[in-house]
Amino acid sequence: MVRDITLGQFLPGHSFIHKMDARAKILLLMAIVVFIFVAGNYVSLLMMTIVSLLIVLMTRIKFRMYLKSMKVILFVIIFTGLINVFYGSGEVLWEWQFIRITWGGIHNAIFVIIRIITLVMVSSVLTFTTSPSDLTDAIERLLKPLKIFHVKVHEIAMMMTIALRFIPVLLEETDKIMNAQKARGADMESGGIIRRVKALMPVLIPLFVSSFRRANDLAMAMECRCYNGGNGRTRMKVLHFSWRDLAAAIFLLLTFAGVIVCNIFVPAVM
Amino acid sequence: MSAFIEVKDLFFRYEEAENTPFALDGVNLTIDKGSFVAIVGHNGSGKSTLAKHFNSLYLPTTGDVLVEGMNTKDDEHLFDIRKSVGLVLQNPDNQIVAGIVEEDVAFGCENLGIPPKEIRQRVDEALRAVDMYEYRRHSPDKLSGGQKQRIAIAGIIAMEPVCIVLDEPTAMLDPQGRDEVIQTIQKLNREKGITIILITHYMEEAVLADRVVMIDSGKVFLDGTPREVFANVGLLKQHRLDVPQATELNAKLRNCGFDLPECVLGEEECAEALFRLLKPAGKEDIPTEE
Ligand SMILES: Nc1ncnc2c1ncn2[C@@H]1O[C@H](COP(=O)(O)OP(=O)(O)OP(=O)(O)O)[C@@H](O)[C@H]1O
Ligand SMILES: [Mg+2]
Repeated sequence: MVRDITLGQFLPGHSFIHKMDARAKILLLMAIVVFIFVAGNYVSLLMMTIVSLLIVLMTRIKFRMYLKSMKVILFVIIFTGLINVFYGSGEVLWEWQFIRITWGGIHNAIFVIIRIITLVMVSSVLTFTTSPSDLTDAIERLLKPLKIFHVKVHEIAMMMTIALRFIPVLLEETDKIMNAQKARGADMESGGIIRRVKALMPVLIPLFVSSFRRANDLAMAMECRCYNGGNGRTRMKVLHFSWRDLAAAIFLLLTFAGVIVCNIFVPAVM
Repeated sequence: MSAFIEVKDLFFRYEEAENTPFALDGVNLTIDKGSFVAIVGHNGSGKSTLAKHFNSLYLPTTGDVLVEGMNTKDDEHLFDIRKSVGLVLQNPDNQIVAGIVEEDVAFGCENLGIPPKEIRQRVDEALRAVDMYEYRRHSPDKLSGGQKQRIAIAGIIAMEPVCIVLDEPTAMLDPQGRDEVIQTIQKLNREKGITIILITHYMEEAVLADRVVMIDSGKVFLDGTPREVFANVGLLKQHRLDVPQATELNAKLRNCGFDLPECVLGEEECAEALFRLLKPAGKEDIPTEE
């Protein structure tokens, strides 16, 4: 169950997107996110959605995997959608006491839902196609300018690497401990909120203890392998930009230009 | 051969308090360069604690550990000591740092500041040596315990240390995997001259070493060639230690008064000795097929 979470998982492959430079992917992703919000009418939103879908197709990863990561935030999608339906303005469609549905609200809801879905899709593309260490390496390099402000860039990147590595481990461990406690007769599925939170304590405490032990072991293993912070460290895989990144950047710039033109000539919905 | 690691009057306790027992209780040991030493002893005898002293993870409460003349207490030698003594820890689960097998194997080399191309070469070589090359793009948490253990070994091999200390590397492996790892270790020792310190519970593995050191309650209890150490079958049994089956059979028969050598190692040698004992007069050679 907890193990089904695909968010933040890496799926090795050989597609165009897999081969792109991680730094380019991060920067272009950020640009796409901005433009998903810049798109103010259906035409430009459709453009961004099509581009996102195209990117998703180019990863050659089964669409099922994207649906899985969507499932995690399904609740958020529905909830924000509903809220937007009820809080719109404009021509009233249906009214009952204080509940009022307007055209504006429906438009808002559609926009918000499409935006969240495309957002999740493109961010999944980043984590699905980039190995965790490429990802953290790219973040380290992109944040390097912050070093003048004494930000510990390398340490932040290393923390992310370890976190990414141990998230699945800890999820599995949670599963194991829960099953072990259930086997001892612990009841985690019934009762009110307070009882359930109380029932979680016997899971959380062993989880904390084992995390600390793991952290200690890992620190020792890293020391054994001469880990000494970021100074003098080299990387096996050196990130380098290629024609792919240039092509992707040009293509996306054209799309963004299209979005801006659309925004000017087609009236905004919101 | 010259001394590579020297342990002098090593006492170590985990807690500061005066009355806590010593996990290592006066160890004196010299390990020669290029040798293959097996360390055996029952659970809790202090083997892992000793291993962690070899690369300065733990520092002696009193006494000294010298690696190529460098004291492990000297902070300035820390990096050099860890570079020359590679330690594979007992539990493979928490030793893997990166989210992809090959990237984890590369971790140590990256810390040493080796150029990328050479890292690539070393990583591929190390992964082939432990027979995990096909898994190089996998995520470590989808591997079995034994496979993780091999990755951990590869990570150390890739750093090309002068000495490799392995803490029960075969505990989680199947018999075939165990053979493979032991063969790899022997090959590293013979062909590359890497000093090997192997901590193990399998006496069949200890027999392959040049020297066996037996630890009991934090003290060196027996030390010598496998032949010398395993001759003390009775003593070993008293200390909850195993001896190779063939050795035990030989010793039991000898105790019953049969004319057998003092100590045999391995099944072939035992068979040979028995054959000599039972051989009808006149025949000289041992048949090659048995
Ligand atoms: N982190 C620790 N804190 C306190 N005591 C410890 C710690 N680790 C080990 N000990 C104690 O030190 C002694 C030696 O432990 P060590 O782990 O070296 O044994 P070992 O010979 O490696 O055993 P095994 O065969 O089970 O691996 C044991 O009595 C153990 O209880
Ligand atoms: Mg141990």
